[in-house]
Amino acid sequence: MSGARIEVIERNCKACSICAEFCPKDVLEMDVFVVKVVKPEDCIKCMQCELLCPDFAIKVHDA
Amino acid sequence: MAYDYEKSIRPGKLPHIWCPGCGHGIVMKGLIRAMDTCELDRNNTAIVSGIGCASRLPGYLDACTLHTAHGRAAAFATGVKMAKPEMTVICCGGDGDGTAIGGNHFIHACRRNINMTYVIMNNFIYGMTGGQFSPCTPTGMKASTTPYGNPDPVFDISKLAIGAGATFVARTTAAHPREIDKLIAQGIKHNGMSIIEVLDDCPTSYGRRNKFRSVVDMMKRLKKDAVPAKAAAKMTPEQLEGKFLTGVLYHDNEKAEYTEQYAALIKRVQEGA
Ligand SMILES: Cc1ncc(C[n+]2csc(CCOP(=O)(O)OP(=O)(O)O)c2C)c(N)n1
Ligand code: SF4
Ligand code: SF4
Ligand code: SF4
Repeated sequence: MSGARIEVIERNCKACSICAEFCPKDVLEMDVFVVKVVKPEDCIKCMQCELLCPDFAIKVHDA
Repeated sequence: MAYDYEKSIRPGKLPHIWCPGCGHGIVMKGLIRAMDTCELDRNNTAIVSGIGCASRLPGYLDACTLHTAHGRAAAFATGVKMAKPEMTVICCGGDGDGTAIGGNHFIHACRRNINMTYVIMNNFIYGMTGGQFSPCTPTGMKASTTPYGNPDPVFDISKLAIGAGATFVARTTAAHPREIDKLIAQGIKHNGMSIIEVLDDCPTSYGRRNKFRSVVDMMKRLKKDAVPAKAAAKMTPEQLEGKFLTGVLYHDNEKAEYTEQYAALIKRVQEGA
């Protein structure tokens, strides 16, 4: 299940941490002002991060 | 894969004004997906709101939008629907807007069974004005105006809507994003008054005061306390203590729709004259 490209739209991200906390695979990690993609190879494309982000700030693309 | 929300948002409007973690953004995404599911023509879709953080939602959307007076979304929306019954009409707003100052308009729109969909974002508080209690603030919880805990009993919005005469009533939460668009789409397709209650989080004016550690804590709570209506039928009152039901709570296709009744009335009077 590899092959995801996770895009963070930094301008929109408010660092609420919802995406990082609900990601089942710890793909995302919080920095101070923005979320960082740390393990994209572990992404299972469940879309939870994209669906739950209140800020239109994270998108999961096919690689 | 990645969903194209941007095509539905007015250019240059993001980032939006809502606080970090505010559930209103999750609801807005659900509404956009539902509008896409129903293939709504933006030029023929009116999105109407009152005042409050939740009521800021229509301003972001590329459709015919109307940001009105506090509590008056249902009243203005009724006007739009009466004047242009061919339009799809969607209301949105908060629990304070819809059930406190606007409670009267809310119940009478339900009573008339006019064909519109009302997405009510219930975050249990007046978020915009700094956290005064609303009719939906749970008993015992803190608001800026109930610093020792809210003594009031609570409105159950969905039950209120059913009692008042709405014919499609459903509930979900900001922590159940896929259900948001599914239920709103069902509401849009229903010919009559549809109420979609979305239990929502306001970390700034509610969470902070009520010992939620974070917005994630609030969302986990919404997930934990939600019981699908079908599953609830098999549970005991003890098991349901402190929980709330989700999914379609009421659906009636028999009751007459208001604009159709009104058109029939006009025809009858004109033909009789
Ligand atoms: C006539 C009138 N009274 C009071 C206000 C102040 N006011 C603005 S928003 C609001 C409450 C909004 O709460 P809610 O509808 O629950 O939305 P939220 O901000 O929580 O999303 C109030 C009382 C107003 N704008 N107009
Ligand atoms: S799609 Fe799922 S697994 Fe991939 S980053 Fe998002 S939440 Fe994590
Ligand atoms: S959910 Fe959205 S706004 Fe919140 S941290 Fe993740 S990308 Fe940023
Ligand atoms: S005050 Fe509450 S309802 Fe308003 S934007 Fe902030 S979190 Fe959302």
